[in-house]
Parts: sequence; structure tokens; C-alpha cells
Amino acid sequence: MKWKRKDLLDLENLTAEEIKHILHTAIPMKEILGRPIKKLPTLRGKSVVLLFYESSTRTRTSFENAAKILGADTTNFSVAQSSVNKGESLLDTAKTLQAMNVDLVIVRHSSSGSAEFLADILNAGVINGGDGQHAHPTQALLDYFTIQDHLGGFEGKKVVIVGDILHSRVARSNVVGLKKLGAEVTLVGPPTLLPPEMKYLGVKISHHLDQELPGADAVMALRLQLERQQSGLFPSIREYSKLYGLNKERIKLTGKDTIVMHPGPMNRGVEIASDLADSVQSVIEEQVTNGVAVRMALIYLLIGGGTVNVVD
Amino acid sequence: MLYRGMYDCLLSQAVFSLSGKVIAMEGTPKNRIMDEDGIRRAISRISHEIVEKNKGTDKLVLIGIRTRGVPLAERIKKRIAEFENVQLPIGLLDITLYRDDLSTIDVQPVIHETKVPFSIEGKTVILVDDVLFTGRTARAALDALIDLGRPQKIQLAVLIDRGHRELPIRADYVGKNVPTSSREIISVCLEETDGTEEVLLLEKS
Repeated sequence: MKWKRKDLLDLENLTAEEIKHILHTAIPMKEILGRPIKKLPTLRGKSVVLLFYESSTRTRTSFENAAKILGADTTNFSVAQSSVNKGESLLDTAKTLQAMNVDLVIVRHSSSGSAEFLADILNAGVINGGDGQHAHPTQALLDYFTIQDHLGGFEGKKVVIVGDILHSRVARSNVVGLKKLGAEVTLVGPPTLLPPEMKYLGVKISHHLDQELPGADAVMALRLQLERQQSGLFPSIREYSKLYGLNKERIKLTGKDTIVMHPGPMNRGVEIASDLADSVQSVIEEQVTNGVAVRMALIYLLIGGGTVNVVD
Repeated sequence: MLYRGMYDCLLSQAVFSLSGKVIAMEGTPKNRIMDEDGIRRAISRISHEIVEKNKGTDKLVLIGIRTRGVPLAERIKKRIAEFENVQLPIGLLDITLYRDDLSTIDVQPVIHETKVPFSIEGKTVILVDDVLFTGRTARAALDALIDLGRPQKIQLAVLIDRGHRELPIRADYVGKNVPTSSREIISVCLEETDGTEEVLLLEKS
């Protein structure tokens, strides 16, 4: 196959084959994470800039770790201490990075499309670390890796994603790729957070969690963005939790050894009960480990040299 | 010395060298250096030499370098098990991430898993590969190994040593020394990876 991409902006234009290639590359990366010495010479001398306009602990740390294990140097460009505070535009920041000859920029921004904007300007590779409500491709990829690890594949597997679908770039990215990989996806949430027009994603949507759980192979709870309650999108957290929160009892409805996923950070007792989050069915911590492996794979694929062809 | 079936071996592999040149099957067969019996005898002799040189099998572990070092390591393990009655631990190493030419080559190699399910600390590691050429694969393998622990000794076993070293590296056990010109290519075909069992000398076309 050919791997010719300079950037990873979303999963829309990746083929199933490319997604599988990323997941395949992440397997040996995960082995490296288990070693006593987690350091490779692979990307020695390459520079990776983490450009985070939105707060993030897990994604930024995960990327930073991934790049460092591969031997690259990382620079944090966190908005709080940068010239963005002095009013610099994204375009000018991009030009500055260009002038510094960086090899890869990982960007998180509250505006949808900002990663693509950067990718068009920069010679360096760009990875979208989450842009507005648009996409969060690396979170989706690490979810696929986790699903593949536990369920062995995607074909015919039933994945239920529950929560605030409307505002979730995680859900959006997940749906796009899962469809390509052949999984059967159901989105569940209250009508205000999952309006009927979300059918454009081309998957089943439902407002009744208990009806959708039977037969599910994987259930993913999304973080309830608590600020949404103030804006009147649902009456109370307690009601939300009662209707859409996952717990040990409810998950039994699947009738299977379903895996329970959450992109983090969790609101324990809201979208997921503590007993379930800490149970054997929960793969939430594995998701974090897999995130580093998948990001290593991506960084290697994007700037590890050799972009004309992939040879086995 | 051309014969029918020679191309089966060639078609089964697209080769590229560590020095970055893509040699995807552009050679014409010139000579058959080893046949099935030749390979079997070479493996057998190497197995005996390993045990002899290390005065037994204490602390020995085998690690094959992907791709063709892996079946070769398995064969050595099997042979040693036959005459010494011990099962040596065996691992496999993917050296892609340790290559020194990643940023200069056009093609991106697929990374495979490294599986060394035991500690190599204080062990005598026998690294196994099919061809020793520039020495760059062996160099990368040494780096990869040392990241896994600190073995007491590392020894190198290869089926073919074709010369043209670019680094100060030598093999401890050699199946066959084959003097080659830089216009020639060595192609090792093994049952497990290629479906045939032979070593061919090709002329670059």
C-alpha cells in the first residue's frame, strides 16, 4: 500500500486499509511501552511542537510521551505562556513555527477546521489533536485499537456510544471510522444532545439506552459536559444519570462480556458509575496506554521517513 | 545454472537492502549457491559450533532478526534440542525502528512486533540472520537488543556472509562465505517465508 499523507486531520478521507495500517503499526509500539527502557533512536533530531489552544492533560501528555519515546524532541506551545495572549493570530503562529523548521505540529483548537488551516500553510506534518466539534481522530484510533484488541475485529460488532453526541468530536470521529471498518454503530442520547438531524452520520440513533444495550459488544460513555446543563439541554444531572448513565446492573442488559469505554476525563456517578469504571469490564485505563501506542504509530508514519511507498 | 522454479523464489520476495537501495526483484538469477541439503547441513554445523564455542547451552538464548532470521533461529533451536536435549528460549527482533536510513529512504518499512518473552540480562544471545552484508542490520539489532537489557555476550550467526562490510562487524558463525561483487544480490529463500528452500546469486539488472 501507499502511505503518502503528511497530515492526519480527520478520518473522513482515510481508507479502511490506512486505518488498519495505523492500528497494525501500533501493535509493536505497544510492546515498546512495556519495556524497561522506553526510548528509541528512530526520530532522533526531529522536532515536534505541541500547539494546544484548549486545555488538555491526557491528549497532550500522550502525544508528548509518544514523540519522546520515538526519540523526537518536543516543544510545548501552551497558550497561557505564549504570544497568543498578546494577540497573535493562528496564521502568524503558524508562520513562526514554519520559520523554526519544525517537523510535526500537533494542534488542538476550539475552532473546527483549524488543523486543516494549519496543514495547508505548513510544510511540516499536522496532527489534529481535536478541533472544535469537528474531529478528534487520534482518540477514535485508540478506541479502535482497544476494540480490536478485545473483540478481535470490527466486522459485525455492535458498538453503542452514549452521551452528548451533539458536542462530541470524539463520537463524530469514532462513527466515521467504525463505519469504514464494518462495525455496527448506535448513538444514544437525549433528543437535545442527539437531535434527529444527526442521522446524517448514517448510523442508528436512539434515545433509549436500555433498548439498545442487548447484544452490544462495546459501550462507550462520553463525558457529560456539565456546563451544558446550565444552558438547559437537560433538566438535571440526576435525571441524565438515571436515563443514560452506565452502571454494573445496566451493563448486564447486553448479555455479553461487553467492554466499557470512556475517553476521559470521567464524571464518576454521572455518565458512568464508579463500580463499573473500576470493574474488569472497564478498559478505560487500557485506552490511555493504547493512546500512546497509536500516537507513536502515527508520528512514525507521518515523519518517520519514506513517504512514497510502504514495503514489507 | 538456470533451472525451472528458480523464479518461484524470486517472486516470493521483494528485497530492499539496509543501505537504502530498493532491489525489488530486479535481478537475474546467475547461480544457485545452496540447495535444501546445503542449508540443512549449514544449520546443523552452526548449531554444533554454538554449543561447542559456549561449552554447552547454559545461559544461551536465540533471537532471530525478522524476517528470515526467525525461521533460521527456530531451526537452530530444533537442532540443538535434538542433540543436547534442551529447549533454548527463542525470541524475534524487528529492527526497523533502529535503522539508520529511515530518513533517507523513499519506502517506509512496515514495523512488526518484537517478541522477546524472557529477560536477556546476563545471557549469551545468539543473534540469527540470513545474510550478513553491510553490517547495518546487525548494528541496528545490537542497539535494539541492548534496549531490552544487558546480555553478557552477543554472538552473531548468519547463513551467508557476502562481504562488503561498511561497519566493524563480523559473524561468529557462518553457513557459507560467498564472495560477491556489488552488482550481485543474494536471495535467501526458506520454506517458511518463501515456500522454497535455496540460496540464489542474482545479477542486478
